[in-house]
Amino acid sequence: MALLEVNNLRTSFFTDAGEVKAVDGVSFFLEKGKVLGIVGESGSGKSVTAYSIMQILAPTGKIVGGSVKFDGRELVGAGEDVLRTIRGNKISIIFQDPMTSLNPTYTVGHQLEEAILLHTNRNRKQARERAREMLELVGVNEPDKRLRQYPFEHSGGMRQRVMIAMALACEPDILIADEPTTALDVTIQAQILELMQDLQRKMGMSIILITHDLGVVAQMCDEVIVMYAGGICEQGTADEIFYNPKHEYTKGLMRSIPTVGNDGQRLQPITGTPIDLLNMPKGCPFAPRCDNAMKICLTQRAERMQINADHAAACWVNVRDGLNAGKGGEANA
Amino acid sequence: MPEHQTLVEVQGLKEYFQINTGFFRSRPLKAVDDVSFTIHKGETLGLVGESGCGKTTVGRTLLHLYKPTAGKIIYDGKEIESRESIREYRRKATMVFQDPYSSLNPRMTVSDIVAEPLDVHHLTANAKERHERVLELMGLVGLNSEHASRYAHEFSGGQRQRIGIARALAVNPEFIVCDEPVSALDVSIQAQVINMFDELQDKLGLTYLFIAHDLLVVRHISDRIAVMYLGRMVELADAKEIYDHPLHPYSQSLLSAVPLPDPKIARANKRIMLTGDIPSPLNAPTGCPFRTRCRYATAKCAESMPPFEKVADGHFVACHRVKEIN
Repeated sequence: MALLEVNNLRTSFFTDAGEVKAVDGVSFFLEKGKVLGIVGESGSGKSVTAYSIMQILAPTGKIVGGSVKFDGRELVGAGEDVLRTIRGNKISIIFQDPMTSLNPTYTVGHQLEEAILLHTNRNRKQARERAREMLELVGVNEPDKRLRQYPFEHSGGMRQRVMIAMALACEPDILIADEPTTALDVTIQAQILELMQDLQRKMGMSIILITHDLGVVAQMCDEVIVMYAGGICEQGTADEIFYNPKHEYTKGLMRSIPTVGNDGQRLQPITGTPIDLLNMPKGCPFAPRCDNAMKICLTQRAERMQINADHAAACWVNVRDGLNAGKGGEANA
Repeated sequence: MPEHQTLVEVQGLKEYFQINTGFFRSRPLKAVDDVSFTIHKGETLGLVGESGCGKTTVGRTLLHLYKPTAGKIIYDGKEIESRESIREYRRKATMVFQDPYSSLNPRMTVSDIVAEPLDVHHLTANAKERHERVLELMGLVGLNSEHASRYAHEFSGGQRQRIGIARALAVNPEFIVCDEPVSALDVSIQAQVINMFDELQDKLGLTYLFIAHDLLVVRHISDRIAVMYLGRMVELADAKEIYDHPLHPYSQSLLSAVPLPDPKIARANKRIMLTGDIPSPLNAPTGCPFRTRCRYATAKCAESMPPFEKVADGHFVACHRVKEIN
């Protein structure tokens, strides 16, 4: 049994302008000890997927269907008392912006201890010791001094380390990292990614890494989910997604990033403008920007189809080319 | 090698900001410290570095948006100093800003935004001419004429950046400072805008100073690349040369830290990890600014700032030990 099973998850935001289907039928499995990457552009629903798993949506957002099972236990519809035993203990999350996710009026030590006291049976003295240990683990020099300081006295990279320390203090089974390095410089990003990789191996946890940076995905992930307009267009092992993309959107993404290989050539961008979730087309959401769109793409959404054991995609072009091994199939298979 | 014609020459540029540190005390923050370089006509010079290294300040000071504390800016053989020369210069050199959301006035129509430089410099004789010029500029950046009467908020990020570029092109410039023009855009839109910069350069013979922190984008668009660290320029070379043979220890670790979008290469990639953070420019180390994080640093590095010297044809490095370590 997989550690986390997400099945046909649907989350909507109810705004004055109408219902926005931010996540529309997302399914995947996460195995123990694996790193799963979720990539997509702004508005593709990657962060909302994560927030739905944790059930920390904004007041206008609501899970309208599907299921999220952690270790066999259903989380959708579960009460706050159940969720409280999961959040922080079993599944932790770190956010993009380390500048705003710490409280500026308390010391770093206080905030770390608070998290530890809340989730474990330690007393204050033991919690302080644990906080120190955690800071050491994430590579902060002079942890005693750092614990007494306020967040503004720390740099961005330091603050993100503190956030990671806080998220890992209870040794969660799953760490959800929502764009953990987007706000950081590349040399600091490299430090944080290496730290996450190192801790993941040491503690044997699973990571869901949400990012728009394909380079970060290539470096970190075992499996990759590509999202567009609230749905999954393609899913498979990192090698399959990068070397054998089977959805027109993923192919377009791979062609539009500058690499060492396309030096001196013009990039081949995806034409058109990003999707408007309030005005979703009837068929495949990517069809209006797709160069190979066919008639069926405009009227009917393609279902997820298995390409091979490690790879599934939802694209009619594969049907045309006879690449589908079978309809539906297991989520990550 | 073909002869390059120099368009912009910067000599010993310094930009210090006075920062209040106490009631009656202030200290200079050396945002840019003694930077010299040239930009050839028709080329793209990429300027990279981490936040706080002074790359944006170089771009802004270059256009006299900040008055330089010291140093010379020579454009097309003429020094830019007097009010007169600055005014004339601004008709030839313009800027595209990073954030397409905050750099467009929300109360102006696209047509007025694009026409503003025309109005400021009195470049069109009458309303009809102005309107035609606006439509021409919008066509140049791939916007439709019916967009002219709309407001900026009605557009997506990529389209807004096109509006910003159309505005920069209004004065028929020769030189454009592009300050992180694609970093706020999604990957699929980024490529559209990068290609447009390329096409406009071919069509209009533009020269760019392209400031960005995304090293793969900079590598793609630039002919030459300069690397900055803590207000100093540490390396300058051909784009390919600097990626294949970076000589400064900072450039080496910076380039090795870039996550490459290719799983097999990314897994095999040997990163040169830097320890610690970039020091505050208010407390810059003595001597070489990079020495506190450099694995090759010796006593000499703390004593004096290494000069920015030519080590090969067109390759400049500021490092005392460049010969020993490479």
